[in-house]
Amino acid sequence: MSSSPLSITRFRIIFILCWLVMVGDQMMVLHFFGLPWEAAAIDSAIGNTLLLLACLLVMNTLRYYLPRGNQYINIFSICLFLAIMWLLLTKWLLGVALGHYDGYKELLHLSLSIRFSIAFLLMGCVTMMSILWYNQKEQKENEERKTDAEKLAKEAELFKLRQQLQPHFLFNSLNSINALIGSRPEEARKMVQQLSDFLRGTIKKEETQWVTLQEELQYLQLYLAIEKVRFGNRLNTEIEVEESIKQLKLPALILQPIMENAIKFGLYDTTGETVIRLHAGKDGHNLFIAVQNPFDPETSSPKQGIGFGLKSVQRRLYLLFARTDLLSTEAKENIFTTTVKIPQGK
Amino acid sequence: MNKVIIIDDEPLARSIVKEYLQKHPQLELMQECGDGFEGLKAIQQHQPDLIFLDIQMPKISGFEMLELIEQPPSVIFTTAFEEYAIKAFEAHAVDYLLKPFDQERFDKAITKWTEQKSTSTGKATQDLLETASLSPFQSQRIVVKNGSKIKIIPAHDVLYLEAADDYVKIHTPEGYFLKNKTMNHFEQSLDKLQFVRTHRSYIVNVQQITRIDPYEKDNHVAILRSGAKVPVSRSGYGKLKEVLGL
Repeated sequence: MSSSPLSITRFRIIFILCWLVMVGDQMMVLHFFGLPWEAAAIDSAIGNTLLLLACLLVMNTLRYYLPRGNQYINIFSICLFLAIMWLLLTKWLLGVALGHYDGYKELLHLSLSIRFSIAFLLMGCVTMMSILWYNQKEQKENEERKTDAEKLAKEAELFKLRQQLQPHFLFNSLNSINALIGSRPEEARKMVQQLSDFLRGTIKKEETQWVTLQEELQYLQLYLAIEKVRFGNRLNTEIEVEESIKQLKLPALILQPIMENAIKFGLYDTTGETVIRLHAGKDGHNLFIAVQNPFDPETSSPKQGIGFGLKSVQRRLYLLFARTDLLSTEAKENIFTTTVKIPQGK
Repeated sequence: MNKVIIIDDEPLARSIVKEYLQKHPQLELMQECGDGFEGLKAIQQHQPDLIFLDIQMPKISGFEMLELIEQPPSVIFTTAFEEYAIKAFEAHAVDYLLKPFDQERFDKAITKWTEQKSTSTGKATQDLLETASLSPFQSQRIVVKNGSKIKIIPAHDVLYLEAADDYVKIHTPEGYFLKNKTMNHFEQSLDKLQFVRTHRSYIVNVQQITRIDPYEKDNHVAILRSGAKVPVSRSGYGKLKEVLGL
């Protein structure tokens, strides 16, 4: 609901000035027709105050209810109705207040049609202006909402792109390739191939796509091969998956961020060699995949392990299954385990 | 002849620097290190003139390692992380090489260093560190040297900090550790929702506070779970109330 035009000081002043002009004008006209100043002033004040109230009523109503298309007839009827009501009320009030003046009743009676026309015209004007005002307001708000939504969508898109491209991984890999070109060009070539396959996989797959565990593991192997070139013999991985569950399905690209998190956590929290273990199995209706990495309980709180990568996995799982319990982490002694459950039977 | 050390956790990243160094026979590579601990030892042993330093490394970051050295050598950072690229730093560090970089860019960094060497270097690295510790990613822990051992104190284990001349005493359940830093440094770099400067000479971990008692005129004293008492000045009391939402 938009604010009324009277919420703006400038309009409020204009509105009041118009009213004063009308009061003065009507007073002078009545005096010209032979009414004493006092009676003319009271007549004008009563009539115009009631008109003012009617106008305010129309403006406020339009704030909540704006006519669409051919409903303008309704507005016309409301204006007409209000003008008639105004006329009857004014006539009665003026009769009570000023009936004792000589010839007033006749004057009132003669001027009724003029009074009515002016009131109706005025009310129509106010109504039209209000409608224009509220329409414009609404349009502006709609536009703002639209740009806001567009901005949000764009941000989400960018965020997704950034996530997919994983700039740190990419730049570090390029740096490794750069080093290999000089000393071991064959390996450099191989790594370029792996990196390309990996990136293609990232770009090709949609977030909503489901793939078999086998496909996802193949993709993961590409990633691990690259990481192993980067970190040399510091990084060791053990993957243990029963043949029988390799055809189970899971959302694409869900394992790589979990693995990446484990590698970062494991490699940056220990010096020397690190073993990352992946174990997958079936537990009732769920496919579960557990990834373990070592960490040093002395220096890092397990909370640090829930990095940005895991948060985005959690978000995706929530969007897909509307559940927040599918990703869990556990720190036991010096092993940190991340477990993801994927409900089957979809 | 100038002595050089490379500190990077990726072997290939070290080898590329090594390769580029061959064009600079005046620089002698003393050692390659795979993490900050090795780096510290090597720096003490060889007293290098220049180090090539990665930022994200196992256990302690490149910045944290530098903090533990009293007279740090000149530093050229080599990293893929643009977010620390820290345009502000460029003024202080000799250079900041974004991976991957080529021989030409590398040579430029070396030239820059050679030019800077004639002026003061130690000062520049010190300045760099002051700025570096302001970057938010380090606020989760404090790295200190305890004799020959390096201790990483997670921020939540810190009870309170106390100024002691040129040092800051970091009180933990295991006793206190000294670090050659200012109170302002810690006030800036630690999480402001967890650590409050309650007094000119004290910063307290609010999660450790069990009680705040009035003490003399306008002052208060915070009682910690360990029983320790930490002075709270009038303005400190205001800050404390704000953080605790009172």
